[in-house]
Amino acid sequence: MGTQPLLLTVVTFLPLLSVAALLLLRSDDHVWIRRIALAASVAEFVISLLLLRGFNSGTAAYQFQEYHQWIGAAIHYHLGVDGISLFLVLLATFLTPLAILCSWQSIQENVKGFFVALLVIETAMIGVFVSLDLFLFFVFWELTLIPMYFMIGMWGHGRKIYAAVKFILYTMFGSILMLVAILWLYGKAGTFDLPEIQRLLQSGQIIFPPHTELLLFGAFFLAFAIKVPLFPLHTWLPDAHTEAPTAGSVILAGVMLKLGTYGILRFCVPLFPDAAHRMAPTIAVLAIIGIVYGALVATVQTDLKRLVAYTSVSHLGFVVLGIFAFNSISIQGAIYQMLNHGVSTGALFLGVGMLYDRRHTFEIKQFGGLATPMPVLMSFFLFIALSSLALPPLNGFIGEFLILIGTFAGHHAWAAWATSGSVLSAIYLLWAYQRVALGEVTVEKNRDLPDANNRERLILATVAIVIIFMGVASPLFTRRMEASVNNVMQQISPPENAQRRAAPTSARPAKNDVSMNAIAPRPLIAVIAERRVQR
Amino acid sequence: MPILSHLWIILALPLAGAAINGLFGRRWPQSAVNSVAVGSVSLAFLAVAELVREFSHLAQGQIPYPGDYFTWMIAGPFRVDFTLQVDQLTIVMLLTVSFVGMLIHIYSTGYMAHEGGYYRFFSYLNLFMFFMLTLVMASNLIVMFVGWEGVGLCSYLLIGFWFLKKSAADAGKKAFITTRIGDLGFMVGVLLVFWKFNSVNFGDIFRQAGQMPAESATHVGVLTAICLLLFAGAVGKSAQLPLYVWLPDAMEGPTPVSALIHAATMVTAGVYMVARMHPLFSRAPIAMFVVAVVGAVTAFYSATIGLVQTDIKKVLAYSTVSQLGYMFLACGVGAYAAGIFHLMTHAFFKGLLFLAAGSVIHAMGGEQDMMKMGGLRKKIPVTFWTMLIATLAIAGIPGFAGFFSKDEILEAAGAGPHANLWLWLLGVIGAGLTSFYMFRLVFLTFFGKPRFDEHQVHVHESPKNMTVPLMILAFCSIFGGWFAAPHLVGGTEYFENFLHPVFSSYAVSAVAEVQVRVVDPTLLPPGYSAPSPVMELAHALTSWPVIVGILGLLVAWWFYIKKPDAPRRLAQSIHGLYLLLLNKYYVDEIYAALLVRPLLWISTNVLWHGVDQGLIDGIVDGSARVARESGAKVRELQSGNTRSYAAWVVIGAVGFTVLLLGILGMVVH
Repeated sequence: MGTQPLLLTVVTFLPLLSVAALLLLRSDDHVWIRRIALAASVAEFVISLLLLRGFNSGTAAYQFQEYHQWIGAAIHYHLGVDGISLFLVLLATFLTPLAILCSWQSIQENVKGFFVALLVIETAMIGVFVSLDLFLFFVFWELTLIPMYFMIGMWGHGRKIYAAVKFILYTMFGSILMLVAILWLYGKAGTFDLPEIQRLLQSGQIIFPPHTELLLFGAFFLAFAIKVPLFPLHTWLPDAHTEAPTAGSVILAGVMLKLGTYGILRFCVPLFPDAAHRMAPTIAVLAIIGIVYGALVATVQTDLKRLVAYTSVSHLGFVVLGIFAFNSISIQGAIYQMLNHGVSTGALFLGVGMLYDRRHTFEIKQFGGLATPMPVLMSFFLFIALSSLALPPLNGFIGEFLILIGTFAGHHAWAAWATSGSVLSAIYLLWAYQRVALGEVTVEKNRDLPDANNRERLILATVAIVIIFMGVASPLFTRRMEASVNNVMQQISPPENAQRRAAPTSARPAKNDVSMNAIAPRPLIAVIAERRVQR
Repeated sequence: MPILSHLWIILALPLAGAAINGLFGRRWPQSAVNSVAVGSVSLAFLAVAELVREFSHLAQGQIPYPGDYFTWMIAGPFRVDFTLQVDQLTIVMLLTVSFVGMLIHIYSTGYMAHEGGYYRFFSYLNLFMFFMLTLVMASNLIVMFVGWEGVGLCSYLLIGFWFLKKSAADAGKKAFITTRIGDLGFMVGVLLVFWKFNSVNFGDIFRQAGQMPAESATHVGVLTAICLLLFAGAVGKSAQLPLYVWLPDAMEGPTPVSALIHAATMVTAGVYMVARMHPLFSRAPIAMFVVAVVGAVTAFYSATIGLVQTDIKKVLAYSTVSQLGYMFLACGVGAYAAGIFHLMTHAFFKGLLFLAAGSVIHAMGGEQDMMKMGGLRKKIPVTFWTMLIATLAIAGIPGFAGFFSKDEILEAAGAGPHANLWLWLLGVIGAGLTSFYMFRLVFLTFFGKPRFDEHQVHVHESPKNMTVPLMILAFCSIFGGWFAAPHLVGGTEYFENFLHPVFSSYAVSAVAEVQVRVVDPTLLPPGYSAPSPVMELAHALTSWPVIVGILGLLVAWWFYIKKPDAPRRLAQSIHGLYLLLLNKYYVDEIYAALLVRPLLWISTNVLWHGVDQGLIDGIVDGSARVARESGAKVRELQSGNTRSYAAWVVIGAVGFTVLLLGILGMVVH
């Protein structure tokens, strides 16, 4: 049980605090800026691991909760994690030090600004994952955008301005719809508190007519679907990922895309279950199109980074499919796949960034035969590619397989179509690897490229270990998700709930039994709920 | 029971070898790499030998003997444990894999001695052993799939071992992707299994399947679907029609790799899988029939291509595809034990053929074209004699290992409970073709006059570490069949009896009855004196494989020794057919034209340039342009740097919010 009172606040704001430290340094003191940023992010990761120690996997309740009045009576500073957000927080704290390490030498301009932006993003991302107040959530959500916008626009490559503007336009478009929906919810519920709103919905105290629910669902979903990105809302992604600096791509692909899938799982589906059920077939089909489409387009890319970017469209399609299959196995798989994709695709971008540091290009034609001058780097690259193409017993396989087996239970055809993604991922990754690494060295100046240095080896070896660990020890993760996923499953389980919502008078639960988790009667949940109500 | 209760040791040994050589081997001398690689595999073989001893003390009730380790996946009702098991089928596979694997490791220390990346080669080879042993010891479908994909990975790495050659890198990639296409079926099959049986453990699946009635041609159900899907995986892995195309290309890999992975072990994984899943297949006659047809047709088809190839390894590759076809034919007609038997003898003689071919190539300084060989008999006698023994074995000449196993398969195809005259006929013709192309290989390579410049090529016999494995495998190629000698030569069917507990458990009662009726005359109805006409015919034809085998030898002799001019004249007289065979029925070209190129074209031009950049970005950029133009006035007030973009984004956003709130309000009310 989360007993450490301020732990979540510390985890959320430590990066911001270290930003303050950075701001005190002279902006040309690059060495100390890097060191402090790295030290802060590593400390952040270590502290975030404390969450694991105190986490109780037996309950679906939010843990490490913090609840304070913030603005007026309706807006609260309400934090908490459950089995769904726990590992996403860890993913963010894990990838940030790697992103800092990979920028060690490649960022030479405005170094201070860069690391400030990176650490602000970290706080914002963690904030999104731990906010239990819709207003707070929205603040953090928007806070992720601005530093990322500058990161792409200022430290990016090529058409960076176009990419940055496209990124922010797309996302803002979704954000605004979501804001409208949040305000709408507030108007109905009189609070921004997520558990409270959930409780009101669950107990039938707020009822939306079907078309309103659909609209609200749509507004939230569109915002998240753009972030994921779900086909056909994905075209900001290849540009943003390709033009962003390496650290930006790692954070974008590794964590920020998961803000979307997390949002779907946290808000869209549990708050509007009927609409989610109605829209599920459409969304699943879009997800499957994304899987196949992303893979096919990735195959024919001539730019290595853009290729990796398109693979995200394909992989995130799996995640969305897993969620909308509404099956406890596939949802756990979807969460696991979010983590896997963060690690593996993040790592692919790290590798591509290392090539860019040497050659200042992403053109596949400019590479070829690189395994000869840099065997270590290319071996790691292949290893990461294998994890990305879901080779058992590496991490990617677990996530994909859980999604498939869960989806198959209710929808044979969806799962069968999605399986084709496993063939296509082998095609684009192995072909890319061949064109980059195998054969004779094709470009003369590649002949003497240095192999991975110690810093790069540290990054890649860390990732490789995590890839293997997540491949063989998945129960350590899924066991902690189980209760929360079952809770979501109960919130969305169709007919009885739908009937009860439609006819609230007939089956409204007793008033003092209406904590959001009342359907899963576990003593701990009740304790938390009561404590919160008392305050 | 040290090994039986610690099955993981058999896996840990080669894995440790792979890890040690992979991490440190680069800086070590060859001798150190050798001792780690060969040592780990030899210890694994010894462990297997000890396992066999311990296993023989088990009562039938204790089999399959389990080894449970850790929970690998758990999510809701779905759970997979990392579990192993040992039964008679596993024992046969373990012995074959570890024994042949050990010999090939030893051989490789000679064959690869002058190659760069020595440590890398042995690291991959050890890793392969780890995955292959995992595959055969797995006690559930998912752990089996780990081995299944893992051997595919090692195959990829080893085919492309000489990655500087584009053809090698291409071949590795092709192998991985083609088998993955099959694995797509396998995966869906596994999904269906879990959906149907709520478990992926062999024991649970078989127990439930054992209580299900057999499906039939008119009653096609979920079992048939499962079997066909799983079989798709086998078709990819074991290089059957239509996914066999990767195996001939895989010959780009070093020859020991071809021997171990692409002849003796990995490619037989599909056969093993079908045999392992026999309780399901036996209840799905349509699936069984498909397995048999695919096997028989592949056996014949691939043999025809082998007739005209001139690359010594390509001939052997098509021969492997063909022989794998026989194994599937056996499984398809319900003679699983015969299929596994052929799997084992094939591992001996085909492993030997490849190793001997490697020795020839080694002796010739890298030449693989048989047209540039000839007359090598005296110069490399050990290679010649061992290769001749293997050829006699594969041709099914009586007394050699292949005779017993192939004979059993064809007997089952011609006279068993699922006999089919056409499949039998394909098998018999294929046997004749096999004999022909194998003796053609021997005659072209070892007989006649040298067709190379003897001053330039210094032909030399291979070192001991290569020839000794050849001799051991030659011994097995002769006597490997004897302990399974079927009744017709007066032996006891030890092999079939040994496997009997595996294949008789969960057997379909109907099939069992048929067998009983055939075997036990007391159960025959009164007045029933003679076997059925099919049986009678089949028994009369039992010797046909032998006859065509000898016929093939004679024809090859006539063509390549007696009248060396004849092949060319024949090729000219039937030029079209010859070209068709030489170009392997143009299947690669057809796949490229029908699948690969259209897919790439559509992906590039329709999806990427069309939908992504044209359609979607057109809309996005278009609306952005509208916004920008309408915001142009605002923009002019700004300095024109990035901040101005942010500004108009915010302004646009606010305006848009107001607009949307209005629209939303109208819609909702």
